[in-house]
Amino acid sequence: MKRHLISAADLSRDDAVLILDTAEEMARVADRPIKKLPTLRGRTVVNLFFEDSTRTRISFEAAAKRLSADVINFSAKGSSVSKGESLKDTALTLEAMGADAVVIRHHDSGAPHRLATSGWIGGSVINAGDGTHEHPTQALLDAFTMRRRLAGGEGDLNGRRITIVGDILHSRVARSNVHLLTTLGAEVTLVAPPTLVPVGVETWPCEVSYDLDAVVAKSDAVMMLRVQRERMNAAFFPTEREYARRYGLDGERMARMPGHAIVMHPGPMNRGMEITAEVADSPRCTAVEQVTNGVSIRMAVMYLLLGGNEPALSTPSTTSTTRTEENK
Amino acid sequence: MGKTLIRGAKVLGGEPQDVLIDGETIAEVGTGISAEGAEVIEAEGKILLPGLVDLHTHLREPGREDSETVLTGTKAAAVGGYTSVHAMANTFPVADTAGVVEQVWRLGKESGYCDVQPVGAVTVGLEGKKLAELGAMHDSAANVRVFSDDGKCVDDAVIMRRALEYVKAFDGVVAQHAQEPRLTEGAQMNEGIVSAELGLGGWPAVAEESIIARDVLLADHVGSRVHICHLSTAGSVEIVRWAKSRGIDVTAEVTPHHLLLTDELVRTYNPVYKVNPPLRTERDVMALREALADGTIDVVATDHAPHPHEDKDCEWGAAAMGMVGLETALSVIQHTMVDTGLIDWAQVADRMSFRPAAIGRLEGHGRPVSVGEPANLTLVDSAYRGAVDPAGFASRSRNTPYEGRELPGRVTHTFLRGRATVVDGKLA
Repeated sequence: MKRHLISAADLSRDDAVLILDTAEEMARVADRPIKKLPTLRGRTVVNLFFEDSTRTRISFEAAAKRLSADVINFSAKGSSVSKGESLKDTALTLEAMGADAVVIRHHDSGAPHRLATSGWIGGSVINAGDGTHEHPTQALLDAFTMRRRLAGGEGDLNGRRITIVGDILHSRVARSNVHLLTTLGAEVTLVAPPTLVPVGVETWPCEVSYDLDAVVAKSDAVMMLRVQRERMNAAFFPTEREYARRYGLDGERMARMPGHAIVMHPGPMNRGMEITAEVADSPRCTAVEQVTNGVSIRMAVMYLLLGGNEPALSTPSTTSTTRTEENK
Repeated sequence: MGKTLIRGAKVLGGEPQDVLIDGETIAEVGTGISAEGAEVIEAEGKILLPGLVDLHTHLREPGREDSETVLTGTKAAAVGGYTSVHAMANTFPVADTAGVVEQVWRLGKESGYCDVQPVGAVTVGLEGKKLAELGAMHDSAANVRVFSDDGKCVDDAVIMRRALEYVKAFDGVVAQHAQEPRLTEGAQMNEGIVSAELGLGGWPAVAEESIIARDVLLADHVGSRVHICHLSTAGSVEIVRWAKSRGIDVTAEVTPHHLLLTDELVRTYNPVYKVNPPLRTERDVMALREALADGTIDVVATDHAPHPHEDKDCEWGAAAMGMVGLETALSVIQHTMVDTGLIDWAQVADRMSFRPAAIGRLEGHGRPVSVGEPANLTLVDSAYRGAVDPAGFASRSRNTPYEGRELPGRVTHTFLRGRATVVDGKLA
C-alpha cells in the first residue's frame, strides 16, 4: 500500500480489492463480543476536521479505536484554526505531537494533497473529504456495500451497472466513485440536470445522462446524492419540486429497477428531495448498512496504511493469507 | 556622468555595432567608434535592445510593503531589463486620486532604478460604481494616461462606456481586466477537463471573452481606444483579431506565463500556479504565441504580482492569485517566442518596448537605438542558460512558477538615461 490515501484514482484494482478484502476481515471483528484489535496500539490518529461532519468523524474515530489507536479529535471550530492559524501551522503542531496518521476533512479541494506533499508532516494522510474533489473512503465503503449485495462479497464489480444521481458538479463522492468503480470494472452512468454536470466531464470514464427514467431499469445500483436546497438559489434548478420530479427517486421509479438492484445514499438524506421516505425506508435502500460498512473500510485503510503487514486477524482465512503475501 | 561604449552588440539582433553613450543620451552608433575617455563594455554576441517597458506591474506600495515596495519592485524591473514600469492602481489606499498617484510617482523618482508611471483607477476604490477623478490624475505630476481597475473588471457597461469616452479628452486609455464577475464567482482555475477532475471552481474562458467582445464594440461605438489586460484564451485572440480587422482601436497584452504554462500544472495543487486570469490549456498557449507573433496581441506585460511567502505556502483555496514576473519575463519570451522561431529580436523590442511605450504615451521610452535618443538600453546574453533561483531575486517576493526551471537568456546590463542600473547581471 501507499503511505497516503488522497484520491481513489491512486488505487489500482489490486489495491482496491485488498482494501475490500481486509474490510471483510475487519467486519468480522464487529461480530465479536469485544470489538477491538490490538493492531495499532500506541499509534496516534488525529481527526483533523475543518468542516463539520459528525458522521464521518465518528466513523473514523470508531475505526481507529477498534484498532486500539489513540485518537485525537481536532475540530477547526473553537480551536486555534478559528483564530486564523494556517493549515501549515496546524500540521506542524500535529507533527510535533507525533501523529502517525492524520485524517483530514477540509472545505478546500486539494488540502489533503497539499498536506501530504508539502513536507509539513511525516505521517500518513487520509482524505476524509476535500471540497468538491474526492472522498475516497466513502467510495470504498460504497464499493464494499455493492460487492456484498451484488457480487457475493468477493473480487471486483466487473460488469455491474452503477448509476449515480444528483449534484455531480459539487460532489466529491461522485468523483471518487467514478474513479474507484471503474477501476473495479463497473460501468458507471451519471445522471443529473445539465447544470450540475461539470464542464470537462467528457474525459471521465463514464456515461452521462439527463434522464433518470432511461437508466433506472438498467441499473444494478442507484446511488442518490444529497442535493443542497440552496442550489436552486444559484439557478442550478428552478424549484425543489421540479428537481424531485425529474431527478428524485420515488417508489414508482424504484419499482422499475431490476429485482436485485439496490438503492444507495451516502447520507445525510434529504427526504422528499432526492429520495422519498418510501424508498429510504425500503429494504432495498442500503444507507444504514453503508454506515456500518464505513467503519470496516476505515479500519482496513488505517490498518494497511499504518504498516499492517501481519494478518488482520489472529486466525486468518486462507484467502487472507494470500492477500498478506501480496501485501509484503 | 561619463561615456560608455557598448562594443560589438547586435542592435535589435542585427549586425554588430558600437553604441556610445554620452551622459543621458546615445551619442554615436556605428562601427569602430573610438573608446577614448569611455568605459568599454565588450558586448560581442550579445543583443542590445531598447529598455523594456512593462504596461502591467504591481508594486504593492502603498499598503502591502511586506510583498513589494516601489524600491524593491524597480530593482527587480532593472534586473529584468526594464527601464519603465506602469504601477497598477490596486494598492491600499487605491490609486484613485491625484495624491496617491503622485506619491507612487515620487517614490519611483527616488528609487532611481526604473521609471515608474502610475496607473490610475477607473472607479473609486475599484468598486466599479463611480468614476474616479481621472482628469485630476492626468493633470497631476504623475501625468496618468493609463487607467485600470485591474484585479477587478469594470463590469458595468455604462461605467465602462463613460470611462472610455471621458479619457479621450487627454488621450488616455482604459486597460480592462476582462472578467465577468458573475461567471467567475468562486473561480479557482481554468474551467475545463482539469477543473472537473480536481473539483476546483471553474473560471470559464467565456467570462473573459464576453467582456472583450462588449468592450471592443463599446470602443467602436464611442470612438475610443481600449486596451485589454492579460489576454489568456484562444477565443479572446479571435475577438481582438476581428476587432482590429474592423479598424477598432484595440490593443492587447499577454503575460509570459500564459505563453508557457498550462492548467495541467494545477494538478499539483501548488498555489504557485494560482493566478488570475488562470493558466489555460495548451491550445490557448499556442494561439497566444501565434497572436503575439502576428501582432494581434501588441505587447508582453508581466502582471508582476508579488505575494508574501505565507500567502502561497498554504492550501490552494486559501492562496493569493498571482506570480512575480519582472526578472524572468525576457527569458520566457526568448524561450517561447525567439528560440521557437516565432519572432526575432527586433520584434521582441517591438512587443516589449516600442509598443507598450506607445500605448502608454510614454515619452523617452520605447525609442529606437539611434543618435540623440535617451540612453535607455538593455543588453542581453542570449546564449546564457541557467536554472531560475528565486533566492537571488531583487524582488521582495519569491512566488515564481519557474523555480528550478532552466530558461535561456540573461540581462547583463540595463541603462536608465545613460546610468547603468544593472552591470554584469547585478544591480549597480
